[in-house]
Amino acid sequence: MTNGQTTIEFRDVSFALADGRKLLANLNLQVNNGETLVLLGRSGSGKTTTMKLINRLIDPTSGEVRVDGKPTIEWDPIRLRRRIGYVIQEVGLFPHLTVEENIGVVPRLEGWDADRIQARARALLTMVGLDADRFARRYPRELSGGQRQRVGVARALAADPPVILLDEPFGALDPITRREIQQEFRSLQHELGKTMVFVTHDIAEAFVLATRIALLKDGEMILLGLPAELLQSRHPEARAFAQCFHDSQSTGSSA
Amino acid sequence: MTLLDFFSRNSAELITLTFEHLFLVVVSTGIAILIGVPLGILLTRKPALSKPVLGFANIMQTVPSLALFGFLIPLNVYLFHVKILGGIGARTAIVALVLYALLPIIRNTFIGISNVDPAIRDAGRGMGMTDRQLLFQVELPLALGVIIAGVRVATVICVGTATIAAAIDAGGLGRYIFRGLRANDNVLILAGAVPAALIAVAADLLLGYVERAIQFGGAIQWRSKKLLWSGAVSLLLIFGVVSFFLRGPAGRIAVGSKDFTEQVILGEILAQAIEAKTGLQVVRRFDLGGNLAHEALIAGELDLYVEYTGTALLAILKSRPLTDPQEVLRRVKTEYASRFKLDWTEPLGFNNTFAILVRGDDAKRLRLKTITDASKISAQWRAGFGQDFMSRSDGYPGFAQTYGFHFQEIREMDLSLTYRALAENQVDLIAGNSTDGLISRYGFFQLEDDRHYFPPYDAVPVARQATLQKHPEVRSVLQQLGGILTVDEMRKLNYAVDGEKRQPGEVAREFLHRNGILS
Repeated sequence: MTNGQTTIEFRDVSFALADGRKLLANLNLQVNNGETLVLLGRSGSGKTTTMKLINRLIDPTSGEVRVDGKPTIEWDPIRLRRRIGYVIQEVGLFPHLTVEENIGVVPRLEGWDADRIQARARALLTMVGLDADRFARRYPRELSGGQRQRVGVARALAADPPVILLDEPFGALDPITRREIQQEFRSLQHELGKTMVFVTHDIAEAFVLATRIALLKDGEMILLGLPAELLQSRHPEARAFAQCFHDSQSTGSSA
Repeated sequence: MTLLDFFSRNSAELITLTFEHLFLVVVSTGIAILIGVPLGILLTRKPALSKPVLGFANIMQTVPSLALFGFLIPLNVYLFHVKILGGIGARTAIVALVLYALLPIIRNTFIGISNVDPAIRDAGRGMGMTDRQLLFQVELPLALGVIIAGVRVATVICVGTATIAAAIDAGGLGRYIFRGLRANDNVLILAGAVPAALIAVAADLLLGYVERAIQFGGAIQWRSKKLLWSGAVSLLLIFGVVSFFLRGPAGRIAVGSKDFTEQVILGEILAQAIEAKTGLQVVRRFDLGGNLAHEALIAGELDLYVEYTGTALLAILKSRPLTDPQEVLRRVKTEYASRFKLDWTEPLGFNNTFAILVRGDDAKRLRLKTITDASKISAQWRAGFGQDFMSRSDGYPGFAQTYGFHFQEIREMDLSLTYRALAENQVDLIAGNSTDGLISRYGFFQLEDDRHYFPPYDAVPVARQATLQKHPEVRSVLQQLGGILTVDEMRKLNYAVDGEKRQPGEVAREFLHRNGILS
């Protein structure tokens, strides 16, 4: 980790599908070391596309994405991805592997020995609030939604990557579990100090977790700033999200 | 005799045939897995290939098995001096079975991997798995259940199709089925069909169990799954190798026969006489369909078998029909020597020509003596002919023209089924063989060929010249067998097998004793 420096940078990045449909246009964005940047927007606004450009699941059509100062297309995709933890909605756990084995995937790819992997998996389970003795040998289908999400986070942290990408990780949870896990995740954030990019369409979640928020609409970034700045913006899309946030605050629900 | 009686009396043979059958199925399915799974994986990486490859596999499945065998046998493909394609026996049968088993395995591998949730694949790639790691650690384990389901279908197809492999001397339970069809013996047919069906059901249940057990999070954990797989693979290898060597030492003289009773008896007569008189080891490759025996002789996989002069003249040399027996023998002798390096040895003494048969009571009631008599009333009749008779140049077309036949209906069926069809009034006239034991058993009447349409079919052992030069003692045995049989004698021998349900080997042994060849 290079303290105080930019770890992820988008320079004029556009991405279009083979059929010419543009999913992302002229994105310029910096993610600072140690911050949590939330990509906020409706479905189809380009949040997930932005995230997949970071770990090279897709390459930009034009412009470049730089990670640690080096354009992603110059990175070996495998080396790049092993430096970046990745959490997606609950389906991301491998159904044929136990919790312990799921957490151990990247360490195993990195060639750690079995004892070290096991110790790491147990430590991480404890860190995300799951009893290692009870859960290590279970399969994902034997867990509740919240438990699965905790395992997903533990798995992304396994090889201690400097950057973590989270794509609507808590999207499928009930509101109460969701609020709980958000609070826990927040304290974990402070504890770990990782650089995180977090995709969500839920503004309340964005407010709990974000250092800064990037608001996307139809493939364009219309706002980048602190949460408070978003509430003050006059842009119609920002106002729509802000309204949503006020409603949720007054009814006491988070989603 | 009931099926259980049959099994208890022939248990040793039943076990051998069952093992031969399992050998064919296990080896074919194993090879199909080794080819099909990687091919299925390749299709997921190069989807453009999926249409042509799956299309080809689809077409292979629709090719009738006997047609496929017929296509494969004349081939001669070598890999590092080992023949891998062509000829008769298990090799060709396995190639054909593999082609049948491929489709379900390729298709299920392709579908199983394609259906893995894209989000899971993204998770794997996002975590930095290489394509190979993604394949082996994520896609294959998740697709395994679907792939096993494909293997299950392929195995059941192989169990069924392997019964037909008996037609090209690949062994297996099909031997009972073919023998049963030939001898009109339901017990024999069932003796082959019932165990084959049981194997199919057992394989289906077993693989169904594996399929369920292998589903993730099932009774078996992933590590033990790995164990189970390596166990299954090594078992398969051991089984294949052991079965291969159990197939017996390579013999010095290979005696063949076509796929009807008389040929099997004649094959036994040749084989036992050679064994007794020369001490050479004899390999029996019987029940070869169509012209396979001839093909095998030319390919050097057989040393001798009994051929009929008329068959050689028409079906093999494609010459026009001749009626003088001496002239026919001279022609085939010269042609075979120059074209194939094969020798016609001493004629055995009988002529197995086509016999036009009707039911005995019909013959009496309608006062039928000759084929001409029957032709006059044939407009009301249904005829049943074998495929052979329908297609050969001395067969149906010339026959109908010579005698002016116009049947109400002609049913083309397996030769062995025509006798039963005539006896059961499903047809009224058939073309059988003059030496057939069933003629007297069913009380059929043979109409006289009053216009001398059918050429002579003298039975003569045909041997490779190379074999006779290497083993002159074989030639002298064949000389001793010259003229040893009459049509009557042959009919009796045939009846002993077809009518009295005795073993061809035993009937041949008795015959050789009676004639002083064996002491």
